[in-house]
Amino acid sequence: MKFEEWRAKLILKKFDITIPKGSKANTPDEAYDIASELGPCIVKVQVPTGKRGKAGGIQLASTAQLARTHTHNLLNMVIGNYKASSVLIEEQILSKKELYVAILNDSTTKSPVLLFSIHGGMDVEEVYEKHPHAMKKIVIDITKGLQHEDIKEMLSDCDIGITFNTIQDLLLKLYKVYRETDSELVEINPLVITQEDELIALDCKFVLDDSAISRHIDLAKDGVPETRTQLEERASLSDLKYIELDGNIGILANGAGLTMTTMDMIAHYGAKPANFMEIGGEAYTKATEALSIVLDNPNVKSLVVNFCGAFARTDIMVEGVINAWSTLQPNIPVFFTIHGTGEERAIKLVKEKLGITPYRLGDDAVKAAILATKEAGNDTTITP
Amino acid sequence: MIPRSHHKVAIQGMTGKQGTFWSEQMIAYGTNVVCGINPKRAGSIHLERPIYASVKDATHDHEIDISVMFIPPMMAKNAAIDACEAGVKLLVCLTEHIPAQDVMEMHVAAKRNNVQIVGPNTAGLVTVDECFVGIMPGFNRNIFKPGNVGVISRSGSLGTLVCLILAQQGFGQSVFYGIGGDPMIGTTTKDALQILDQDEKTQSIVICGEIGGAMEEDAAQYAAGMKKNIVAFIAGRMAPPDKKMGHAGAIVASGKGDYISKCSALEAANVKIASVPSDIPALLK
Repeated sequence: MKFEEWRAKLILKKFDITIPKGSKANTPDEAYDIASELGPCIVKVQVPTGKRGKAGGIQLASTAQLARTHTHNLLNMVIGNYKASSVLIEEQILSKKELYVAILNDSTTKSPVLLFSIHGGMDVEEVYEKHPHAMKKIVIDITKGLQHEDIKEMLSDCDIGITFNTIQDLLLKLYKVYRETDSELVEINPLVITQEDELIALDCKFVLDDSAISRHIDLAKDGVPETRTQLEERASLSDLKYIELDGNIGILANGAGLTMTTMDMIAHYGAKPANFMEIGGEAYTKATEALSIVLDNPNVKSLVVNFCGAFARTDIMVEGVINAWSTLQPNIPVFFTIHGTGEERAIKLVKEKLGITPYRLGDDAVKAAILATKEAGNDTTITP
Repeated sequence: MIPRSHHKVAIQGMTGKQGTFWSEQMIAYGTNVVCGINPKRAGSIHLERPIYASVKDATHDHEIDISVMFIPPMMAKNAAIDACEAGVKLLVCLTEHIPAQDVMEMHVAAKRNNVQIVGPNTAGLVTVDECFVGIMPGFNRNIFKPGNVGVISRSGSLGTLVCLILAQQGFGQSVFYGIGGDPMIGTTTKDALQILDQDEKTQSIVICGEIGGAMEEDAAQYAAGMKKNIVAFIAGRMAPPDKKMGHAGAIVASGKGDYISKCSALEAANVKIASVPSDIPALLK
């Protein structure tokens, strides 16, 4: 779960990391009031994605009137998949130097990794590109925490320009943020050194581990919900993993791997899938709701049901499909392939209740579905 | 390691609904289940096996080689650390959605105690015709037939499909090695490849990979030095970038770990790539 900058900074503040004075504004008038108190300020559009500066989403304002105008222009600005609904108004900070620091989950070492560079202010990819040797790294033993010796070694050949204790203090606080909030990534970029040799977090990126949300309910309330289509939203309310795609062959399968494979097979045989929808694991009892979501996408012209049951019982899933099918009575053809736990009863049910014989090979079910779409005049042939 | 029928197995969370169902299946298939673990039901008997409060407690009465976890995500860390400190050799963690920092702690405990973790979020391991640990339909004779193809899969459902296709075409399997769909798993594709490379019964290997991460790329380096025939299928080439495709590990971020990267690394190591799973049997010949 991602967070906007204003909220990420409040987390830092709670852990005693200095952030610029300022606050979030939802309207130009609010921006005016905040700016009146601050004096010359900076107006930053609030969307949880990088490249805001390049998109023109960050503006300096010498007066409160100008802050109001900038806010008016920045609200509703679209960057990437996000539409801004607020801005952050902050005091302007004069810095001597900009640093980069982040702590994140590293799947290669299966450990937290701290990244540090004296070249802050640009994207981490850019730092790697321009100063490949300047990115310092500590692989942290999560059961021991961030160690003094490791920080000392990492900084031994860095000319930072402030005392070791000042920077160490900041890094230890940041590690505390990481651990106590179950973050997947917490990044301060730039971390600036002011004229007074103080460290201030000028920007912050914070991502909460989705699997740990139940431990951070209050924090998660302020997180940015994923951008979802209406159907995706409906699926998420039922705890179903559904992603809408731009093709016209609907998919219902169990298990992430099998569902992805079914999508790939549709592409391989020359058409495009309409969705990702899997009812594997504990979700195998939710076939009725899952199927009604898949079928509510008006682009779906034929349907492939691909079940390969292990934990998920195919007969239970098929019961759900039949249930949804008889309620919705969709006017599209459906092609089944069913194997694994409960297959005998499942195949019998499909034959009896729907009068359809499942295909032995998934490939044949997919090919038949594509052919049916083409015959219906909905040619979606793509060049592979 | 590869589970064998002589290995003594403990099941953490044996008394729950799924734990009970799958323990019965494992026992019926030939898995040497010696006890179950549930702190609330310690001292009782379930499926004719004693229940202990912890794996550590169980080791007073039993020597345990393998522990299998049917434990909810928020309790998984402590259960895993218990098993590691009790000195099991192999820990099979089926649980999905364990917080990442808990998973990291589990891996540290495993390393310290010299334990191999399979998972989290694995469907388990099947040593065909001998024993199985996890939630795979090892007992289904249409899917698992004794033979000499080793199958490595991140996904249980795709792995099941591939085993089925192999069986339909007359290829039996030696071992199914489910490694799990999480981003931080204990036994990687490369580790599993190494294990199957050393297994005498396994003559050829199928890798069922997925987009995301760099495991298939790492495995390719090892595969380059192998004599056994290897075929790979990578799922997810149609997945849109930056979207988690069900498995937390299956996400392509900033172009890393995409379909092309994995296939070119594997092809360079003489691994044959199947475009669809049904192409796999022909490539094994």
